[in-house]
Formats: sequence, structure tokens, C-alpha cells
Amino acid sequence: MPRCHILGCPVLSPAELTSSRNHLGRLISHGRGHFPGPEAVGTRTVHFPAPAGDRLGRRSSSKRALKAEGTPGRRGAQRSQKERAGGSPSPGSPRRKQTGRRRHREELGEQERGKAACEGRRKRDERASFKEQTAAPKKEKEIPRKEKSKRQKKPRSSSLASSASGGESLSEEELARILEQVEEKKKLIATMRSKPWPMAKKLTELREAQEFVEKYEGALGKGKGKRLYAYKMLMAKKWVKFKRDFDNFKTQCIPWEMKIKDIESHFGSSVASYFIFLRWMYGVNLVLFGLIFGLVIIPEVLMGMPYGSIPRKTVPRAEEEKAMDFSVLWDFEGYVKYSALFYGYYNNQRTIGWLRYRLPMAYFMVGVSVFGYSLIIVIRSMASNTQGSTGEGESDNFTFSFKMFTSWDYLIGNSETADNKYASITTSFKESIVDEQESNKEENIHLTRFLRVLANFLIICCLCGSGYLIYFVVKRSQQFSKMQNVSWYERNEVEIVMSLLGMFCPPLFETIAALENYHPRTGLKWQLGRIFALFLGNLYTFLLALMDDVHLKLANEETIKNITHWTLFNYYNSSGWNESVPRPPLHPADVPRGSCWETAVGIEFMRLTVSDMLVTYITILLGDFLRACFVRFMNYCWCWDLEAGFPSYAEFDISGNVLGLIFNQGMIWMGSFYAPGLVGINVLRLLTSMYFQCWAVMSSNVPHERVFKASRSNNFYMGLLLLVLFLSLLPVAYTIMSLPPSFDCGPFSGKNRMYDVLQETIENDFPTFLGKIFAFLANPGLIIPAILLMFLAIYYLNSVSKSLSRANAQLRKKIQVLREVEKSHKSVKGKATARDSEDTPKSSSKNATQLQLTKEETTPPSASQSQAMDKKAQGPGTSNSASRTTLPASGHLPISRPPGIGPDSGHAPSQTHPWRSASGKSAQRPPH
Amino acid sequence: MGGSGSRLSKELLAEYQDLTFLTKQEILLSVYVVLAPHLVDDEQQARSGNEHTGRPIAENTDSSPLSTRAHRRFCELLPQEQRSVESSLRAQVPFEQILSLPELKANPFKERICRVFSTSPAKDSLSFEDFLDLLSVFSDTATPDIKSHYAFRIFDFDDDGTLNREDLSRLVNCLTGEGEDTRLSASEMKQLIDNILEESDIDRDGTINLSEFQHVISRSPDFASSFKIVL
Repeated sequence: MPRCHILGCPVLSPAELTSSRNHLGRLISHGRGHFPGPEAVGTRTVHFPAPAGDRLGRRSSSKRALKAEGTPGRRGAQRSQKERAGGSPSPGSPRRKQTGRRRHREELGEQERGKAACEGRRKRDERASFKEQTAAPKKEKEIPRKEKSKRQKKPRSSSLASSASGGESLSEEELARILEQVEEKKKLIATMRSKPWPMAKKLTELREAQEFVEKYEGALGKGKGKRLYAYKMLMAKKWVKFKRDFDNFKTQCIPWEMKIKDIESHFGSSVASYFIFLRWMYGVNLVLFGLIFGLVIIPEVLMGMPYGSIPRKTVPRAEEEKAMDFSVLWDFEGYVKYSALFYGYYNNQRTIGWLRYRLPMAYFMVGVSVFGYSLIIVIRSMASNTQGSTGEGESDNFTFSFKMFTSWDYLIGNSETADNKYASITTSFKESIVDEQESNKEENIHLTRFLRVLANFLIICCLCGSGYLIYFVVKRSQQFSKMQNVSWYERNEVEIVMSLLGMFCPPLFETIAALENYHPRTGLKWQLGRIFALFLGNLYTFLLALMDDVHLKLANEETIKNITHWTLFNYYNSSGWNESVPRPPLHPADVPRGSCWETAVGIEFMRLTVSDMLVTYITILLGDFLRACFVRFMNYCWCWDLEAGFPSYAEFDISGNVLGLIFNQGMIWMGSFYAPGLVGINVLRLLTSMYFQCWAVMSSNVPHERVFKASRSNNFYMGLLLLVLFLSLLPVAYTIMSLPPSFDCGPFSGKNRMYDVLQETIENDFPTFLGKIFAFLANPGLIIPAILLMFLAIYYLNSVSKSLSRANAQLRKKIQVLREVEKSHKSVKGKATARDSEDTPKSSSKNATQLQLTKEETTPPSASQSQAMDKKAQGPGTSNSASRTTLPASGHLPISRPPGIGPDSGHAPSQTHPWRSASGKSAQRPPH
Repeated sequence: MGGSGSRLSKELLAEYQDLTFLTKQEILLSVYVVLAPHLVDDEQQARSGNEHTGRPIAENTDSSPLSTRAHRRFCELLPQEQRSVESSLRAQVPFEQILSLPELKANPFKERICRVFSTSPAKDSLSFEDFLDLLSVFSDTATPDIKSHYAFRIFDFDDDGTLNREDLSRLVNCLTGEGEDTRLSASEMKQLIDNILEESDIDRDGTINLSEFQHVISRSPDFASSFKIVL
């Protein structure tokens, strides 16, 4: 035994030789651990004379053998038997000579011990090698051997590997096959969940597949890479586990999931879609909040100059005594106005604190990135929503089928909702039947037309009236703001009027819309459009009036600037010039200052948001909750049935709520540049309204009489949001680009325009060449071509998508034509003509592709169903031929099964087989 | 998390997660729903009427005490020799109990759903694994393919592999409810079924088979979002 070590017997250590051929499997794994592929064998021949290396290798290999012990045992035995039966390998191979020579040396040691442990095949090997050894002179071997082995390795690798080493390693080909199988099993494991099998079957399949993978995964890998391979496998397993845990964690982290699901089950998915939208909005606002707080407010609070240090951070003397009153704070005046929540508080110092944080720059960039982030996230979610719905254009082809097969909302768990759903489904069935029967029937078209025109006229009047009212009120409030001691109502008139308009106009519109007699869905769209117009009109009137105010303030600014200068000048000069000690600077509260228009705008938005929130909550409390209480409890002592009759319970107003949310978000976007604290308030608002509205909807609303599904409206909301985002971007961009900032407040004071801060940073903080580059980039000569290029790209992509959709339509047409052709074939030939399989395979295979077109991976049928299909398939002869044509495709698996792997692994492919054939059948099953 | 406390072994749980579209919480929740009906009953009483409070489970994000409780509760109900998890998971739950779940109570297809997913020979009860299958198919993340496959089987009332006129009329009756006023008349029914066959029966053999059904369903924008049941 020690001698054998010295000799460097690489293949069979005596200890293993003494063990019988039952342990051959271990030898295989041992050998493969050692010299897994032909390349390794080749190198071994070179290293042959060095026993030390071999010893090392053997040690590690024996370790591996221990590890791999047991798993490939049976397989190895199987293999060796087969090889024995498979006839002698060709003796002329160079490796053979090599092993022969080595064996010769071994022989000496082994014969000494006199063990008869060698197998017959091995003896044969030795005999052959003896012959060769005598025939071939040793000198010649050294160099050409390598080359020859390299040349011959490829084509005959399997025989080489199996014959030369007595089953020491699997050939590359077999390895590849096992690898393929393992990959297949892994794929099966991954896709198992989407197979329509009962759980027990899935479990057994999964266990077997996992066992197979575990067994053979270790056997894979090449030479030195084996350890890496095993490591990679281990990491892959860990990664899968981690991903699963992470997914679990993620689903746990989604807030209000159960609340929304409860609502979903009570009210159907349309009401729930509002809450999902609300949750999404909350997430977006949280990000915006983090952005603004993290990059603007917190640095200012931590590192900026403290309150009271400079005029802009101090409450003026005139307001001082009232600055802490609640009524003043509630209006965002007093101390709140001179806090980091508003634009005016920020100083125009270029850098603050020891970090030398460039606050004005950060303020500007955050303002821009708020819009950038919102745009990206809205567009992204729109895109991901549209990806799923490709067959939009076809929906009118399948009106009845969709109504039949997809109209039930399985989430409905409430019997009342279910009753409503039954009723609405029945109505829609009846409606569509009536439509189909008499589509051209139109009764008294003139009256309807007249009514519709009248309704639209009324609504336009309403819109104009509300716009004028807001303009009037804002103008009046500007007068009030100049007066002293105005009442609470006069101060908050604008917000109150806007909220009241938002509260009362939608029901008014609904009443007017009853004149029009539209189909409910069309009616809903009109209603949404009108409320949208109302909100938008109100918002823009408000903005225009505000803009007037801003211009007024800007006009006054110059005089105030002079006054400030004059005051300061007087203050410092009045002390007299003979005093050596300079006077203490004027207290910041006493410095006269301009009316910071940015802060004024911010305050307006802040107030609007808060009053909007309060009006919403009060509406819910009064309109929904109190009404519900009244109806519920007064029903005992009332003359008519309150629940079924007039007041009844309120329905959840989806369109109004969604639009309210969207416009609220628009105000946040507009206001957040001038009031960084606005987003924080909005986060609070969304949070409370989530809980409050969840409670209100569950406690005091009834499901809609017309339960409709929400999937299509999701993108509609997003589209509205995008529109509002764009519309709210406009005024902000206008103020940034074309209005001069106030001279004595805000981070951009003293500059001509707000965006000058960019230029300043580029000039002072970046190296000059960067400045040049930016200047070059900003050159119109570059920007115009870039815009042109973008237009061209849009045009190109648009035409590509058009042509793709045209191709799609053509394919669809082709499919239809094929169907027709196939149908006519069938009807002509009938079932009896089973023999003419000349063209039927073609058509049926076309069918197959066509079916697979509609459905990528046909799911195999269940047991009962597949039986039925089998019956069907045996009916006409065409189907037989169809299944015949597909056999080669599905039959590649048995062929590719590694021959060396016996019954042990043989059962695995045979188990995948039924599924394959089943799926093949279902895929190829010709339509009847 | 739930592993140490729960008697549902970690391996089995991992396998269930591999084989279904459910998360760990959902699987444990369904253990709770199927195997501990008493708790569900309590809960139903708690949320009767409109006074709806969130489910105890929803608040309980760490599910280990829950599953322990559910299992203990269930095991108390079982005779001594059935205490092992494996056998308790194999126990059959009769349809009545499944049908009384709030999520299925209002569903017109509830009997069909149970029948399709049942693996017991008499088709009158669901095992825990069948129930998991059901939830998996109806879960959010299940593929549209498997959803439409099972939808077909649910609509296939006579289990013959195709939707014929009989199936379709029973389907319409399910959808329009039991009430006399909502039922369609015979002529309306005929018209409706004719229209549906006109649209979907591509090969004109008078029935709709699985691939035709899936062809239609794959075009529907909102099938996948409404073919959901959430515990």
C-alpha cells in the first residue's frame, strides 16, 4: 500500500482494489473527482512521473469520494457491467499505452501481495497494455502521445474514458446529458407550480426531481471547476431561499393589504382600486417627503443659521405679539410662516455648516427632482399597466363571451354585493341581447339630442360660473389682505368657496346628466370628464388670480427695497460718526422687508390642502356616517322604509374621490417648491384618510348598484394623474424661469432668476472645462438638433410599433383563414378518410402552431379531461397523424437520455414522459 | 419564523411554497382556515354585520404563534392516533365547511370550484393540499394560463372536456342568480348562447373546447384580475 502511494497509482488504490466491484461506483466518483475529463487525463500523462502530486490529488479525491459515496453507487455498477458486456475497447489508443505502462508498475506491487482482486476487464486491459508495451518503444511515446491523445479524444472520448480507467470518469457527452437532464429537472421544479396537477402528484414529482437534481448535481462539474460548481450550486440554492424569504418579507411589508382585501370582498374591485391608488400615492409621497426632508429641511435645521439671526428668519415686530396665537398659526402665519416649512425662511448663503452644504443648489435640484421622480414613476406604472393588456382592440369581437366567462368578480364575498352583481350581469346580458336584436332602433332621436345639448349647455354654464366665482373671491381676498382685522371667514373665503364648489358641483352634474340618458359607462366617463374640467378650471382660475397677486407684489418690491436700504442706512448713520464703537446691528425683527411672494404662494397651497382635507372628512362624516346612522336608527319609527326608500345609504363615490386625490396631488406638486413642508402635511393627510375612509366605507356605505370592474380604470387614473402633473408643472416652471425671486427671502434672493443658482455652481465649483462643456451643451445649436433627433426617434418607434401591430393583425387574419380551410377540409373529407395523411398533418400541425400562438405553453389537461381528449383524439384519423407528426419533437428526451445511466435514473425521464406526451397531445389536439 | 413553533415542518412548507403561488403567510393562514374551523367561526361572529374589524391574522404579522395555535387547536380535535402533522394534513374537510368560508359563500360557482379541486374519490371533501391548490390557482400571482385552465374546468359542469350548450346555459343561470326576476327567458338564453358560440366556437362544432376557451380568455383584459380569491 505505501509502495503504491510512492508509485503514484492514480486510478485504483490497493485499498479500493481489495474492495469488490460493488464499490466500483465509489471508484467512479473517485476517479472523476480526480480526473474528470479527457483533458485531465491528458495532463495526467504528463505528470505521470511525479508521485507527490498524485498523492496530493488522491488525498483530496478520496475525501470527495467519501462525500459522493452512496449516491452514484448503483449507477457505477450499472456502468461497469455494461462496459464489460460492451466489448473490449480499441487497443491502439495512446492513453491505453500510458495506463498500460503504469499498470505494469502497479502490477509488481500487486502481484507481490498476491491479491486476486482485479476484475476480469482490468486484466484484459493489462494484457493489452503488455502487448503494446512490447510493441512500442518507449522513446517515441513521449511527445506524439500528447498530440495524438488530443486529436483522438474528441471523437472517441466515451470509449476512451470508459475503457481506459475502468469507469473512472464519465465522458463529456454523458456529462452533458446529465447536465441537460438536471437542467430540465430544475426547470420542471421551477414551473411545477403552474401545472394543473393535484397537490399530491406535484409533491411526489417535486420530491423526485429534487432527489435527482441533488444526486447528479454533485456529479457534474469539470476538473478543477468542480468545487466552484458545487459552490455555485450551493449559492444558487441559498439565493433561491433568500429570494423566497425576501418575497415573503415584501408581502408582509405591503401596508393595509388586509384592509383593502376586505373592502375588495365587500365592494368589488372598483372601490378597492381607489384604495390601491391611495396606497400607491402614499408611497410616492413618502419618497418625495424623504427627498425634501432629507436634502432640504433637515440640513437647514441642523446647519443653517438659527431662528432670529437674520430678518427673513424672524417674525416682524408688528406681528410679534400675535405670532403664537392658535388662530394665527392655523392660518400658517406667525411663527409657522417664518419656519423651515416655507420658502422664505431659507438663506441665500452659498454653503452652510461644516459640510459646506450648498443649500440653494440642493433646494433647486430637489425641486426639479420632485417633478422628475413623479414623472418617471407615473409613466413607469402606466407602462407596466399597459403591458398586460395587449388584446384591447379585440374586445368587441368577444362581447358576449367576455360577459359570460369573465364578468363574475370572484373577490366578492358579500351576499349583498353578490346580489347586486347578479342583477347587473343580468341587465348587461339583456342589454346586449337587445342591442344585438335591434341595433338600429332609435326612439325620438330629436328629443334625446335636444336634452343632451341642453345638459351640456347647463354644465358649461356651471363651469363658467364656478370659474368666475373663484376669480371674484380671490380678487376680493387680495383686498382683504390689505385691510387690517378681517374676520375669519374673510380670510378663508377662497378655500371655503373652492371646497364648497368641489362638494356641490359633482352632484349637480350628476343630476343634469340624468337628462342625457346615456349608457351608464358612457355616463361615468362624461361625469369624470366634467368633474375634471371643473377642478381644473377652479385650479387654474385660482392660479391666475394668484399670479396677479404675485405680479402686484413684484411691482411693489422695488419701493420696499429702497425703504429697507434707507432704513438701514439711516440706522447706521444716525448714531453719529464720532462713536468709535460701531452700533449693534439693527434687530432683525425691526428691519422692514418685502412681501415674500413665494411664501405667500406656499401658504395659499398649504391652506388649500388643509381645508380640502377637512372638507373631505366633514363630508364623509356628515354625508355618509350621519346619514347612515340616521337611516339605520330612524328606520324603526319612520313612515316609509328609509333603507330602501329615499335617503338610503350612500354609495362610495369612486370618481369623485379619485379626482379629489389627483387634484390634491397636483396642488402638492405645485406648492412643494414654495412650501417644502407641504409634502409632509400631505403624507399625514393620506395616512389619516386611508384609515378614515377605510372605516367609513366599511361602516356606512353600501356596494354600488352597478358593480363594475376596475382593471381598465387603473390606467385611466394614471393618465389623469399624468395630465395633472403636467399641468402643475407649467406654473412652477413659469415662475422659476421668468419671475425674479424676492430680494430678501428664500435661497435664491439676490439673483436675477432662480435658475441662476445652477450657473453659479457650475462657474464656481466645477472645473472650467466642465463649465465649458455645459455652456456648449446649452447652446441652441446643439439643443435643436437633439430635439429633432428625439422627434425622429419617436417617429421611427411609432412607425415600428404600427408595423408590428399590422403584422399582428395579419397573423390573426391568417389564423382565421387557416381555420376556415381546415374546417372545409374536414367537412369535405369527413371522418372516414383517415388514410390521406398527406396534407392533414400539415394543416393539423399548423393548427398546433396556431393553438400555441394563442397560448404559449399549453397546460396539460387533468386526468379526466385527458381521457376525454384521448377519446377525441382516437376519433378522426387526422388527429392520429397529427400526434404522429409531433412525436419526434416530444420524443427527443428518451433519445437524449444518457445510455450509461441505468434504471436508477431511467425512471426519472420515464416519469417526465407521461406529462410530455400529455402536453403534446393537448397541444396538438386538433379542434373539432 | 413560523418554522420552530409550527408543526408544519419547514421542508413541507418550503415544498408547498415551491408548488403554489402562495407565500408562507398565506399557506399558514390556510392551515388555519382549513384545519381550525372553530377559530374561523369565532371570527365570523366577530365580523358579523358591518362592524368589521381587521382579522386577527392580518395584524399578526409574525405567524408563528398563529400556526402553533391553529395546529394545537386542530390537534385537540383529533383522536390520539391522528396527532401527527402528516395525517392531519391528509384529513378531509367536507364541502359544507369549505363552502361556509366567507370568501366562497357568495360565489355562485362554489360547488363547482370544490368539485374541481377535490381529489377524494367521492368528490365530496377537500384535503388540505387540495385547498392549497385552490388558493394557489386563485392567488394574485398565478399565471393566466393556469387560471383559465381551471376556469374552464369550473365552467365545464358535466366534466366532459368541452363546454356545450348545456354547460353554457347552466353557467348563465349561475351568473344571473337564483331570483325569478333576474332569470333569462328561454328565447333570451338561446340568443345569448348562439351569440357566444358564434364568437368563441372557432371550429364550429357546437361546443367550446379548452383551447378556444383560452383563446377567448387570453384576450380579456380583466379576467386575471377578477379570477381571484383572497383569504
